[in-house]
Amino acid sequence: MTDLLEVRDLSVSFATSRGQVPVLDGVSLSVREGEVVGLVGESGSGKTVTALSILGLLGEQGRVDAGEIRLDGRDLLPLPEREWLRVRGRHIAMVFQEPMTSLNPLLSVGFQVAEVVEEHLGLGRREALARAVELFRDVGIPDPARRVRDYPHQLSGGMRQRVMIAMAMACRPRVLVGDEPTTALDVTIQAQILALMRDLGRAAGTAVLLISHDFGVVAAMASRVVVMYAGQVVEEAPTRELFLRPGHPYTRLLLAVVPGLREKRERLSAILGSIPAPSALPVGCRFHPRCPDVIPLCREAMPTLDPHGPERRVRCWRAAELAGEVGP
Amino acid sequence: MDRDPPTGAQGPPERRDGQGRRLSASGSLALTPPLLSVEGLVREFAVRADGWGGGRSARALRAVDDVTFQVGPGETLGLVGESGCGKTTVGRLILRLLPVTAGRIVFDGRDVTHVPERRLRDFRRSVQVVFQDPYSSLNPRLTVRDIVGEPLRNFGATRRAATARVGELLDTVGLAPAYMSRYPHAFSGGQRQRIGIARALALGPRLLVCDEAVSSLDVSVQAQVLNLLADLQRQLGLALLFISHNLAVVRHVSHRVAVMYLGRLVEVAPEAALFEHPRHPYTRALLAAVPEARLDAAPPAVLPGEMPSPLDPPAGCRFQTRCPRAEARCREAEPPLAADRPGHWVRCYFPEPEPLRRTA
Repeated sequence: MTDLLEVRDLSVSFATSRGQVPVLDGVSLSVREGEVVGLVGESGSGKTVTALSILGLLGEQGRVDAGEIRLDGRDLLPLPEREWLRVRGRHIAMVFQEPMTSLNPLLSVGFQVAEVVEEHLGLGRREALARAVELFRDVGIPDPARRVRDYPHQLSGGMRQRVMIAMAMACRPRVLVGDEPTTALDVTIQAQILALMRDLGRAAGTAVLLISHDFGVVAAMASRVVVMYAGQVVEEAPTRELFLRPGHPYTRLLLAVVPGLREKRERLSAILGSIPAPSALPVGCRFHPRCPDVIPLCREAMPTLDPHGPERRVRCWRAAELAGEVGP
Repeated sequence: MDRDPPTGAQGPPERRDGQGRRLSASGSLALTPPLLSVEGLVREFAVRADGWGGGRSARALRAVDDVTFQVGPGETLGLVGESGCGKTTVGRLILRLLPVTAGRIVFDGRDVTHVPERRLRDFRRSVQVVFQDPYSSLNPRLTVRDIVGEPLRNFGATRRAATARVGELLDTVGLAPAYMSRYPHAFSGGQRQRIGIARALALGPRLLVCDEAVSSLDVSVQAQVLNLLADLQRQLGLALLFISHNLAVVRHVSHRVAVMYLGRLVEVAPEAALFEHPRHPYTRALLAAVPEARLDAAPPAVLPGEMPSPLDPPAGCRFQTRCPRAEARCREAEPPLAADRPGHWVRCYFPEPEPLRRTA
């Protein structure tokens, strides 16, 4: 299958009072038709900026310094805002973390979904509202004909996120970007929403980029995983490979710090320190101050993101050597 | 009636925990009177049907309903449940930040339920809280010295003595004492949470109420803070009431775990029993819904429906509207919280059967 969404060497910086601060450095990733790719990282890793770039939503402060964002082979970055409006919501849609702040509190949820359909598909008001009812039914909202008249505050968090998904899927987008779409939800509601996203994506052949800090969510949903740290991709691998043999020390540590449900460890392994601010990045590998496997080279030169096997890329000087040490 | 407190403090056989402390058969610390005991705790809020508070048309929303449990000295009780289940309200009641509607809070043998604030100073010293959000719970206009030193000053320490103690406290939580003249904005989320913990420790408390204390932290930092809490518990013999929605984190820190649903306790058990052999259908559904970062994990199981509104709780068992096992009886009367083996309390007519055990 071909790559439906392709981000190539994307570098983004933000204007601050102290000048231009680089936030993304050469980020590349791709999502095929019908595929779910997980984008994992801690706060400050650049995953949300990557998502906003893909939707052309960087805003005034953000600037793309280099790179391409291709949808079906066509680079979106040179498009004027007028053209972006035709892509965003129509071909690429997004589900955000907090449905309450993404919905307009003064408009009924049905109107907000109908508006998207009217705008992009050119339906009349009445047809658009009828379509909204169908979409509500598709995302499992009970009593959809009545619920379309509700305002956001009348719905639960889970129902609001279903509305967001209905809105995102309204025009059958080719690409769906979910930025922590279940992080604000309770675990039983999260399971409902994840199942819904998986079923809808599968049925429509949508390419899904699922951004999450939760390896559990990614393990349940994604066939491939991209791990980011301090504005860079540090590893990319099929999910199974990544869990079996994490290639980057950061991935390995990140997998180890999450407490498990099945076993109780006396002590959690922790990663010392915290992620560096974009304005104070270390020289050499950006992870080296926290890395247990650091060698002098890591402090001097930035490792490149190199292929290790057919579908794996790792940004670590010692990746090949360490791969021999990490058992299955 | 199910007024007997779900406590693990029953007799032998004797077991010991990782730190050599004696455990009862149910896994809680034995032969010591509880440090905290809550009995039949009830809290109602007056709300109108449209969700706004107060007024003549207000009805009573029972956020916490007949909650009974104990926490032993040096013990961690995990309190889990989804949003709206009442777990945070339980924490606030115990901290005496909210008055109770009914029930009793007994701390170290003293009934503190209705003690006026001016006579609560000992209690305030002994029971402290760590909040979720280290960004909004620290005053941005105070230095770390003033934030951590404030409780000490309130309890009569001189400025100099307070400063010396703040240095020690920062050291205890793994921050350099030299940081004390900085303001909160100069610290990362994990460091701020350490500052919040240092403040909570300032008066030498015996019980720490942690309300989602690591939920806003990144996982790498979360592990650091959880390890710190474990170290502090061991060094200082602290008891923790650890309120969280994160089941894996709760399993990691807790000796015993209590599960809440719609204002009620539905299961209370030692950590291993609860996670390995959950018996209430809600606990089972909750655990099955967690996506696990393991290759051999089953995909998250979907529990249909949502928690009903606490304004309009279902008749009978609170969970019957979503329960895969519900029968006519469950819709008629609420099951009691009962223990059919010591220390494992379940509020269900049809609990998952106890696994077969080999006799030692």
